Amino acid sequence: MRYAMAIDTAKCVGCGDCVVACQTENNVPHGYCRDWIVENVSGSYPNVQVELRSERCNHCDNAPCVRCCPTGASHIVEGGIVLVTHDECIGCGACIESCPYDARYPHPEGYVDKCTFCKHRVDKGQNPACVDVCPTHCLHFGDLDDPNSDVSKALKNRSWKVLAPEAGTKPQLYFLT
Amino acid sequence: MKEELFVSGRNTPNIDPFLHIWHWQIPLYLFLGGLAAGILFFASYYVITGKEKQMQYTVKWAPIIAPFALVIGLGALFLDLKHQLYFWRLYTTVRFTSPMSWGAWTLMLITPMSFIWVASYMKEMFPKWDWKFEILNKFEAWIISVRVPFAWIMMALSIILGVYTGILLSAFNARPLWNTSILGPLFLTSGLSTGLATTIWMSKNKQERIVLSRIDLILILVELFLIIHLFMGFLASSAVQTEAAALFLGGQFTVTFWVFVVILGLAFPATLEILELRGYHVPVWVPAFLILFGGLVFRFVMVEAGQITRFLY
Repeated sequence: MRYAMAIDTAKCVGCGDCVVACQTENNVPHGYCRDWIVENVSGSYPNVQVELRSERCNHCDNAPCVRCCPTGASHIVEGGIVLVTHDECIGCGACIESCPYDARYPHPEGYVDKCTFCKHRVDKGQNPACVDVCPTHCLHFGDLDDPNSDVSKALKNRSWKVLAPEAGTKPQLYFLT
Repeated sequence: MKEELFVSGRNTPNIDPFLHIWHWQIPLYLFLGGLAAGILFFASYYVITGKEKQMQYTVKWAPIIAPFALVIGLGALFLDLKHQLYFWRLYTTVRFTSPMSWGAWTLMLITPMSFIWVASYMKEMFPKWDWKFEILNKFEAWIISVRVPFAWIMMALSIILGVYTGILLSAFNARPLWNTSILGPLFLTSGLSTGLATTIWMSKNKQERIVLSRIDLILILVELFLIIHLFMGFLASSAVQTEAAALFLGGQFTVTFWVFVVILGLAFPATLEILELRGYHVPVWVPAFLILFGGLVFRFVMVEAGQITRFLY
C-alpha cells in the first residue's frame, strides 16, 4: 500500500478551501497551516503563465526528516504516511531543517507538527479533509498500488511532476500539469 | 521572470519568509563543542605520546575549560529545544542515521570524562587538594592507573565530537550551503584550532607555546585550504549551491565572513604567530583571542546563512 496525492494544477483556482478545511479538521493553531497554496507566476507580460499548487507534506519515500530525527519521533507508518509522535518529539528542529519543502512547523505546544494525510480519516476509509472539501475536485487521494484508486486513475492519463526531485526525497505529491 | 506567491498567506513563525528555526543557541554550542573537542584532543594526545611533563598546561590546566564549555554548550542545546520536558527521549534510543543522536550520545560520554580528567589532575595542580572521601581517592588512583587507555578513548571521542559539529549541518540536504562533506573536517579543524588557541592563551611555558603555535599554524593553513575547497565545490555544483556561495561572494554575508572569519580570525592571527616564532614580541592573548572570535563568528555565519539557502522549485 502506498498512499499518495495528485494535485491538478490546471483545475486549482487557489480558493484556499483546502487550507481552511485542514485547519478546522486538525485543530491547527492560529497562524499556522499544514497545507498552503502557492501561486507560481512565470514569464513576462503578455506571455505570463500561472500555476496554482495546493502544497503540503510530501510523505516522501526517502524522508530526510525521519532520517535526521534523533529520537525516532518522526516515523513512517503503513501506507508511507510520515507521522510525528508528539511525546517522543523534543522539538530540536532537525526535521524542520531537513525538509526541502518546509512542510513542518513547531507547534506552540513544543512538538513539531505537519500534515498527516488525515490518517484518522483515511483509517476509516475516508479521504483527507482537504480532498473532500475541494470545490473544483482538483485533489485526488488514494493507494498507488491499487490501479482503481482515485490517485492512480488521475495519474494514468496526465503528465505530472514532483517538487524538487533532485533533493532525492522521492516525494509522493504528484502535480498534474 | 519567475515569481512565487503564497496565496493562502502562509506566514508561519520562524519558517516564512526565511527559515530561522535555529537561533544563537546552536552556533554557540557548535563553537563550545569544537573548543572542548580541541582542548581534550591535545590533552589526551600528549598523554598518549608521553609528553605530559613538557606539555603541562596542555594536559593539566587547559582541560579545566572543557567541562565548563561542554556544560554551557549543553545548556544552550537544551534552551534550543521547544519540547524541553521530553529531552530524555534522546537517551531512550540510538538512531544511527541521525547525527544529532550520535552527538547526544557522544556528549553523554565525553562530558563526564572531561570532569574526571580534570579531577584526576587536581592534586597535581593544587597540592593541598583533598577529596575528603576515601572512595573518591580510590577512584582517582584507579583513573591515574588507566590514564593512557582513558586518553585514547577521550581522543577518539573528541574527534567524533569535533567532526559531528560539522556533520550535524552537512546531513541536511535541504540546505544547500550545509550539504557538503567538507563541513565535517572544516569544523573539526576549526574546533582543534580554537582549542589550541585557548591552550596557548593559558600556557605559561614559552617552549610549550612555541610547539603549540607551530601546530596551530598548520591547522589554520588546513582550514584556509578547506574553505577554498568549500567554495570551489559550491561554484562547480548545481544552481542551489552556486546561489548558496553567492551569499558569501557579494551577498549579505560577504563582509562578515571574509573580514571577521578569514582575515581577522585566520590570516591575521596566523601572521602574528609567524612573527612571534620569528622572535618578535606579540602579546599571547591577541592571536588567541582573534582565533576564538573568528571561530565563533564562523559558526554564527554558517548557521544563519545555511537556513536562508534552499531548493528552488
